[in-house]
Amino acid sequence: MSPTAVRPTALPPDDPAPPPAGGQAAATPLRERVAHQLQRRGAPVVLVLVAVIASISSSTFPTWSNISSILVGNNFVWLLALGMTFVIITGGIDLSVGSMYALGGVLGAYGAQHGGSLVALVLPIAVGAAWGTVQGLLVARARMAPFIVTLAGLLGARGLMQAISNEGATTYIVPKNSFFASLGSGTWVPLLILAVFFAAGTVLLARTRFGATLTAMGGNENAAVLMGLPVARAKVLVYLLSGTVAATAGALGAARLQSGVTTIGVGYELTAIASVVIGGTLLTGGSGTVGGTLSGVLLLGVLHNLIDSHFSQYGSAFTDLVNGAFLAVVVLLQTLLSRTQQLS
Amino acid sequence: MTTLSWAGGMDRSRARRLLQDYGVYAALLLLFVVAVALNGSFIEMSNLRAQLLQVTPVLVVALGMSLVIGTEGIDLSVGAVIALAAAVLPLYLGYGFGASLVVALVVGAVSGALGGAMVAFVRVQPIVATLSLMIGLRGLANIINGSSGKPVTDSTVADLGTGNLAGIPVMTWIAVVCTVLTALVVRRTTFGRQLVAIGDNRQAARLAGLPVRRVLMTVYIVSGVLAALAGVMLVGYSAESDPSTVGLNYELNAITAVVVGGTPLTGGRVRVLGTVAGALLMQLISAVLQQHNIHQSYQQIIEAALICFAVYAAQERGTR
Repeated sequence: MSPTAVRPTALPPDDPAPPPAGGQAAATPLRERVAHQLQRRGAPVVLVLVAVIASISSSTFPTWSNISSILVGNNFVWLLALGMTFVIITGGIDLSVGSMYALGGVLGAYGAQHGGSLVALVLPIAVGAAWGTVQGLLVARARMAPFIVTLAGLLGARGLMQAISNEGATTYIVPKNSFFASLGSGTWVPLLILAVFFAAGTVLLARTRFGATLTAMGGNENAAVLMGLPVARAKVLVYLLSGTVAATAGALGAARLQSGVTTIGVGYELTAIASVVIGGTLLTGGSGTVGGTLSGVLLLGVLHNLIDSHFSQYGSAFTDLVNGAFLAVVVLLQTLLSRTQQLS
Repeated sequence: MTTLSWAGGMDRSRARRLLQDYGVYAALLLLFVVAVALNGSFIEMSNLRAQLLQVTPVLVVALGMSLVIGTEGIDLSVGAVIALAAAVLPLYLGYGFGASLVVALVVGAVSGALGGAMVAFVRVQPIVATLSLMIGLRGLANIINGSSGKPVTDSTVADLGTGNLAGIPVMTWIAVVCTVLTALVVRRTTFGRQLVAIGDNRQAARLAGLPVRRVLMTVYIVSGVLAALAGVMLVGYSAESDPSTVGLNYELNAITAVVVGGTPLTGGRVRVLGTVAGALLMQLISAVLQQHNIHQSYQQIIEAALICFAVYAAQERGTR
């Protein structure tokens, strides 16, 4: 087994399962099924509940301006969670996405200022793909822990971004009215881009051989190798995908903000991991959906929006506190639910 | 390692083992010599003292982290616990330094206990459990302190941060005591054997009748207390407490020190002295890069590459 920071196989719980009492044996599968469905589909259910309650109790929440700000006000950060979903399903983790987002933004703005819209798109994508490939090779070929490789990636990518922007002294400006700037402006174009990305992600994970390989790897890597699946290649591709998507998201974010912001992206990898976990993807790998992640980012977005509008007088610190507590509760619930499934 | 004579009965795997076991110390010595050769004033007492002061809080946090990593866990909340302890400390200085120190350490213990309970009792993944604490606790620290830096003018706190004992900073003495205690715990106590056994195979440890939950709880509590201690040190060192910046990225620095020091992330082994060497090595690298006016950005890139190299070199082979 390769040394990974996240153990790829779930252990049974510390307590041996209590034997089901007589007469309840038939009810256990049902309970398991319910728990499984809750864990997989808890996020969309909670999302709908929260949205309905918010719409009834607040007059500002259900307005189109508010909804659109939730949907596209995140500057494409949701895409980080999309890429992260693929990595986590294989039982890995990618801590470098926040730095890649910032690097992609600076590269995109640099390209837009000095080369035009095509360069602005190609440059970040190329660098993101190269960076992701190196990380993937270190994880797959050198068998290093994803946690460490991408932690070094987090440092290195931020360093590279600082170097390109002369220690943050230079801010590259995206020319107004360029094709590149139009990709990030308004509501409909960004929304369409997000939709395309998530739709493509869903198809890739649920409907292709590559997606099936990833899920099999996360479930049991040794078994996947023995079945003859191209595990090493899939690993490299997953980090390549995550790096590329993160850099692209950064570039699109720069198009929206009209400049390459150097202070952006710190801690975004954690938000991405949180969204993926809330969406029902297991950190141990082997199970998860893009739709779940979409529910996760939407739920966090809606909650952020609600907390901001209701508790803005308490400041961002309070938002952090509520977010942390919320994440803890969700994770506790999910762990309990997945344990229920293991009690067979 | 190429200077070794292969004829002397030294085969490759043995060389690998040596590199794994002593590589970090060798690198530390080598880099120190290089640093002094490049810049003679590096060895001056004032410089060494400044370096020691800077590395001490990281080292204290890394000691707790090494225990957590030994159990195959990880504690991302230490940076936030530092901020929380730094935010709490000034509140109780009116009752004397001792009282406020105790309160800060208790806050650290409670934070650690929260993470430990999630990991030990609910079996949440350590990375997620401590991630939620990392987000939440920093928010709490900001609420307590009002999100802006406050100067702390207390003579005892200042003495702790800048005072000397026999020519060596007080904080460094504290770190040395913590190191010795941690090393003794890992090598000489039942608890130390138990935590390593849990990291090696939690299931087997449980079946062998070890108190898995109690040990895990204790490890995260110790990590929280040490992080709080580092928070107190940082307040003393900078004479202010700013919860939005203090302790930022400390979790990453501590994990780096532990891993570079040769403790595997997969648990089952704790190298306390290696962790110390790892922390010193990272400090030395950044000091050398800084003194030669290499930009912060290139420093980060070089550090990232070195981390990868160090971990690759220290990796156990044969786990295929």
